Amino acid sequence: MAEQGKKKPLVQVEGLKRHFQVGGGKTLKAVDDVSFEIYPGETFGLVGESGCGKSTLGRTLIRLYDATDGKVLFDGEDVHGTKSKTELKALTRRIQMIFQDPYASLNQRMNVEDIIAEGMDAHGLAKNRAERTKRVVELLETVGLNAEHAKRFPHEFSGGQRQRIGIARALAVDPDFIIADEPISALDVSIQAQVVNLLQKLQRERGLTYLFIAHDLSMVKHISDRIGVMYLGGMVELATSDDLFEEPLHPYTQALLTAIPIPDPRLERERKRQLLQGDLPSPIDPPSGCRFRTRCPFATEHCKNKAPEWREVRPNHWVACHLYGSESDRAAMKA
Amino acid sequence: MANPTDSLDPLFVPVRRENGEQERISRPALSAFQDSWRRLRQNKAAVISLILLGIMIVLAIVGPWLTKYSYAQTNYSAVYQSPSADHWFGTDKFGRDQWARIWQGTRISLLIAVLAAALDLVVGVAYGAISALKGGKVDNVMQRIIEILIGVPSLIIIILLMMIMKANIFTIMVAMSITGWVGMARLVRAQILKLKQQEFVLAARTLGTSNTQIIFKHLIPNTIGMIVINTMFTIPSAIFTEAFLSFIGLGLQSPQASLGVLIHDGFQTLSSHFYLLLFPALVIVVIMVAFNILGDGLRDALDPRMRK
Ligand SMILES: Nc1ncnc2c1ncn2[C@@H]1O[C@H](COP(=O)(O)OP(=O)(O)OP(=O)(O)O)[C@@H](O)[C@H]1O
Ligand SMILES: [Mg+2]
Repeated sequence: MAEQGKKKPLVQVEGLKRHFQVGGGKTLKAVDDVSFEIYPGETFGLVGESGCGKSTLGRTLIRLYDATDGKVLFDGEDVHGTKSKTELKALTRRIQMIFQDPYASLNQRMNVEDIIAEGMDAHGLAKNRAERTKRVVELLETVGLNAEHAKRFPHEFSGGQRQRIGIARALAVDPDFIIADEPISALDVSIQAQVVNLLQKLQRERGLTYLFIAHDLSMVKHISDRIGVMYLGGMVELATSDDLFEEPLHPYTQALLTAIPIPDPRLERERKRQLLQGDLPSPIDPPSGCRFRTRCPFATEHCKNKAPEWREVRPNHWVACHLYGSESDRAAMKA
Repeated sequence: MANPTDSLDPLFVPVRRENGEQERISRPALSAFQDSWRRLRQNKAAVISLILLGIMIVLAIVGPWLTKYSYAQTNYSAVYQSPSADHWFGTDKFGRDQWARIWQGTRISLLIAVLAAALDLVVGVAYGAISALKGGKVDNVMQRIIEILIGVPSLIIIILLMMIMKANIFTIMVAMSITGWVGMARLVRAQILKLKQQEFVLAARTLGTSNTQIIFKHLIPNTIGMIVINTMFTIPSAIFTEAFLSFIGLGLQSPQASLGVLIHDGFQTLSSHFYLLLFPALVIVVIMVAFNILGDGLRDALDPRMRK
C-alpha cells in the first residue's frame, strides 16, 4: 500500500528491547532494538524461526512483559509509560491477543460463556446477566459456533473450535488491534483456512488491525499487507508482501523464500535452494556485528565488526544488511 | 464428469449434513463438579474404598459406645480372653475390651492424621502460594528455607521432638507438621508457577482481569484438585507415622489407645494371642489402602481431560 506513508500509524514501535535475566548473570536478548510501525486496518505479518523472539515482541507490545528499553506508542499513547491502573486498563482493552495453543489458552475449569465474558466482566461491559448471555451468544455466532455451546467446557471442543472461542473472547472487549501469535500453527491444514477466513472476515467487518505472527513465510503471504522478518531478536527486513516475495533483499529472507516449495513441479525441480548453513546461534551469546553473519553466504570481515543499520533502501522497504548499507559499508563489503 | 457423484460407488453416497451440524456436541452439559462425581462413581475400586472409609469413620465414632466396656477399664479376672459374645475382639493383658480399644484407637489415629493433614494443608498451601505469587527475592528466601528443612531427615526431627515433649495428640500432630507441609508447599508453588505462564492466564491479563480475580478464577480452581489429592495421600502417611512412633515407644502410651499403641501391644503377644495384633493391623491396612485408592480415583476424576 503506497498511501501508507501518509496515514497515521496505529502502533509505533521504537527501539524496543526485551532482555531476560537468565542464570549465571547472563542476559538473553529476546528482542533487541526493534522498530516498525503498523497502520490502521492492515495485517502486519511477523515471521522468523522458532525462538527468534516473535512471541516476546508481541507480549511486550501489550505490556505482558515490561520493555527493557524503547517505546511502544499505541494510537499516540505510550503503552509502557507510567499510568494509573485505570488508564492502562482502558488502553490495553483496545489491544487483544489470540494465542498459539488452543489447549493451553482456555481455562479448562470455566465454561465457554464465562471464558468469553471474562473481558466483559473485567471492564464492566455488560449491565446484567441477561445482557452478558446475549452478547456471548452473539459472539459465538460471529465465530461460527452457537448458543448451545455456551455452557460447555473447553475439552469438549476440537482445536479449531477452541481457537474460535479464543477469538470470540478477544472480540468481546471490542478491540482495535489484535496480536495473533501463531493462531493456526497448532491446527490441521484443513482447519487453518477456516480460521484464517474468519479472521479476514472479522477484519473487513470490524476494521481490525492485525499483527499476525507465524514461523513460516507461506502462512502469512496471502493475508499480510506488509511483512517483517525477524532473526535472533532483531528485525532484518520489512516490506510490503508483494515486494518481499518479488524482491527479497536480505540473505535470510532469500533463504526463507527458497525454502517454500513451488506448486509447479517443473519449476520446483529447477529451483535452486539456498539452504541455511549451520545452526541457529544462541540468543544468550549472539554473534558480534551482524547477527546473521554465521549463516550468511555473503558474510565478510566487515559483518563481524559492525552491526548493519536499519535502513529504508527502497520506498517502504527496510533492511538491515551491509550489502544495502551506506557507500562506505558497501565498499567495505567488497574489500 | 458432469456430476461428481455419478462416478461414486452407490455404497458411498455422501451424507447431506445440516448446516451447523458439524459443530454439534451430543454430550449433556454438566458442571465440573457433577462431572467429576460421575466419573468417580464409575471407578469401582474408589467407590469401595469410599464405602470402607465411611464404615471405618462411623465405627470410630460410635464403636466404643456399642459395647458396655470402656477402652481404659481393666479387669484382671478376664485377661487374654479370645473373641467371644461378651468381648467381641477379646481382651488384652489387662483385661481391657479390645473392641472398645480398637475403635477408640482408630478415632485417635484418624484425628491425629486429619489434624496433621489440615495443618499441612493450611501452612503448605499458604507458603507455596505466597512464594509463587510474590516471586523474586521473597520466593528465593522462602525456597532456601524449604531446602534446609528438606536437608534434615524429618524422622529425626520428629523423634527428637517426641523425646523432649510430653507424648500426647497435640505433640504428635505438631511434630509431624513441622516438616510435613514442605511437600504441599512445593507442589502448590510449582503448580502456580506453571499456571502463571499458561496462555489462559496471559489472556486474562490482556483482557484486564485484576490480579485478585486471576487468583480466584484461574489459579485456585486449577490447583484445588491437586491439593485435595495430595491431602488424600497425606492422611494415610500421617496415620502410618503415628503408628510407627507408637510402635517404637515414642508415641502415645497405654492406657491411651491409638492404632500404633495397639499394634505395639499386640506385637508383644503375637505368638500366643495373634488376634490382638490382627484386628488393629487389619484396620490400619484397610484405612491406608482405601485412602490411597481413593486418592488415585480422585486424581482421575478431577482431571478434565479424562472426561468421556
Ligand atoms: N520468560 C522468559 N525467560 C527467559 N527467556 C525467555 C522467556 N521467554 C522467552 N525466552 C527466550 O527468548 C527467546 C525468544 O522466545 P520467543 O518465545 O519470543 O520465541 P518465538 O519466536 O515466539 O518462538 P516460537 O516460534 O517457538 O514461538 C527464546 O530463546 C526463549 O528461550
Ligand atoms: Mg512463540
